[in-house]
Amino acid sequence: MLHRFAKFVAGCTVLLVLAGSLVTSTDSGLSVPDWPTTYGWNMFTFPPSKWVGGILYEHGHRLIASSVGFLTIVLAAWLWMSDTRRWMKWLGVGALGAVIAQGVLGGLTVMFFLPAPISTAHAGLAEIFFCMTVAIALFTSRGWIEGYRGRLVDDVPLRRLATAATILIYCQILIGATMRHTGAGLAIPDFPLMFGHLWPNHWDSKIAVHFAHRAGALLVALAVAVTASAVFARTRMSELRRPARLLIALVVVQITLGALTVLSRRDMWINSVHVVCGALVLTTSLVLTLRTWRVKFATQDVPLRREPAEVRLQPDTTTIRTVRFPVDQTNRTAR
Amino acid sequence: MRVRKFWIGALGLALAASITACGGKKDDLDAPDAGGGAAAAGSGPKVDAATAGNVEGVVAFDGVAPKNEPIKMNADPVCVKENTTPQQQETYMVADGKLANVFVYVKDGLGNYSYDAPAGAVTIDQKGCRYHPHVLALRIGQKLEIVNDDPTLHNIHALPKGNQEFNTGQPIQGMKTEHVFTAKEIMVPFKCDVHGWMNAYLAVMDHPYYAITGADGKFSLKGLPPGTYTIEAWHEKAGTQTAQVTIGAKETKEANFTFKAGATATD
Repeated sequence: MLHRFAKFVAGCTVLLVLAGSLVTSTDSGLSVPDWPTTYGWNMFTFPPSKWVGGILYEHGHRLIASSVGFLTIVLAAWLWMSDTRRWMKWLGVGALGAVIAQGVLGGLTVMFFLPAPISTAHAGLAEIFFCMTVAIALFTSRGWIEGYRGRLVDDVPLRRLATAATILIYCQILIGATMRHTGAGLAIPDFPLMFGHLWPNHWDSKIAVHFAHRAGALLVALAVAVTASAVFARTRMSELRRPARLLIALVVVQITLGALTVLSRRDMWINSVHVVCGALVLTTSLVLTLRTWRVKFATQDVPLRREPAEVRLQPDTTTIRTVRFPVDQTNRTAR
Repeated sequence: MRVRKFWIGALGLALAASITACGGKKDDLDAPDAGGGAAAAGSGPKVDAATAGNVEGVVAFDGVAPKNEPIKMNADPVCVKENTTPQQQETYMVADGKLANVFVYVKDGLGNYSYDAPAGAVTIDQKGCRYHPHVLALRIGQKLEIVNDDPTLHNIHALPKGNQEFNTGQPIQGMKTEHVFTAKEIMVPFKCDVHGWMNAYLAVMDHPYYAITGADGKFSLKGLPPGTYTIEAWHEKAGTQTAQVTIGAKETKEANFTFKAGATATD
């Protein structure tokens, strides 16, 4: 039940990321000039008849964010009371802290007229919060708790590759956020060429940021291709192969959306879905990465099979003593 | 214990600093412009009305003016209801080859004259989900009265570079707020983030020699002391043009400007 709820919170966070990206895409960030009130009203009593123009996006974003914040309080409390893993309790608290900080950053960026550093930090923290909710959903899943039924492999090169890819994707998202919040989305107005050339023939700070995002896309695509290839070459675990396949598909969609964003002159929906797809690329890579790290979270309850021979299992320091989840006893026995 | 005391002290200092900073910002916004008011009044001699002359002229547009972008007001049903005819932006207001909404002013050549303090307030009205007027000007220290005459809410968001940025919500019809600018600036863009099509431009001047062209493209700068002046004409899209004019005592000189199709803003 907790796992389902964690998945629900992660799903709501996708919606929140979409709402936030729509605010920027429609340039509605300052359509509600006050915070935390809305035109002097309490946020929750602001009449729906007044949700017009940019207010629909900005106020909608605030309401969805508040709902996700409330859900995160419930999630953190649930983890604190039900999960015996000490680090999981604190991960819940960390997610709650992140969503509170995210709300404060959102307020600050409105009160200071959307300064690029605060808006970019708001976008960057949003991704971290989303990663935390996805990680909580993963850590509360039966597969994770059971150690994927003993099919774990301690593959150090794969782990390093996946980790590097995830970090690279996050850096790429930060560059993208900087680009959005400095108005550099169309600094290079053509695609795939740049001012009609393979390389920009003139430069300024906005062109540099935009170019970095395009170059970053190539690096991410390369990193994902190498990581996915390593997954397919080194393991048959569906728990790794599935996210690897999804990651490739999402990167293809993401690059297509990025190109369409430029070609459509920043169509609000294409632009916003591009942001959401970027977040999904990040969290899919995160899931893949965390699963490659699963052996480091080995528990005494879950037997780990040594495969291949040189696998080095780490001693368990984060034992799950009692996890109150409806674990399927039939499967446990079969294992 | 010592560490704890340190953190409590640091937190207290940070809190005090925040309160001071926030208080300072509010004062900046609300202050009735002590420095700006003095600058508006000037410190030199007054212009001698007996010898003052005028600069008059017409701003024309050569060629076919680009079509103004149509406005879709679907985002707010009230705006749709308030406008029964199709709406366009006011970028190029050309009639019979004359260009309206051009801000013409003395850019250079004025000495250290002092001027009477500006009388009354300048009003920008939000009506029919448009700004009225689209281009306006006032003096440093003069009040800008912002009115919402629409039965819907607006936020008025000024994006100056040399003055304090502000973003004020006006959720109720009939609301009025006032604002004072403290530094000369040409131009301060205004926008409504609720209704993305609403935009206006405000000039903040340190002297009274400015005008905004009407539908006939005419302007008049009256009461100028004898001298040689640089007159500039500013248009939001077509850019700027300048002219040199020398006027003697009680003289009226002509300065005409012609913007051409295809030009873009330079400022």
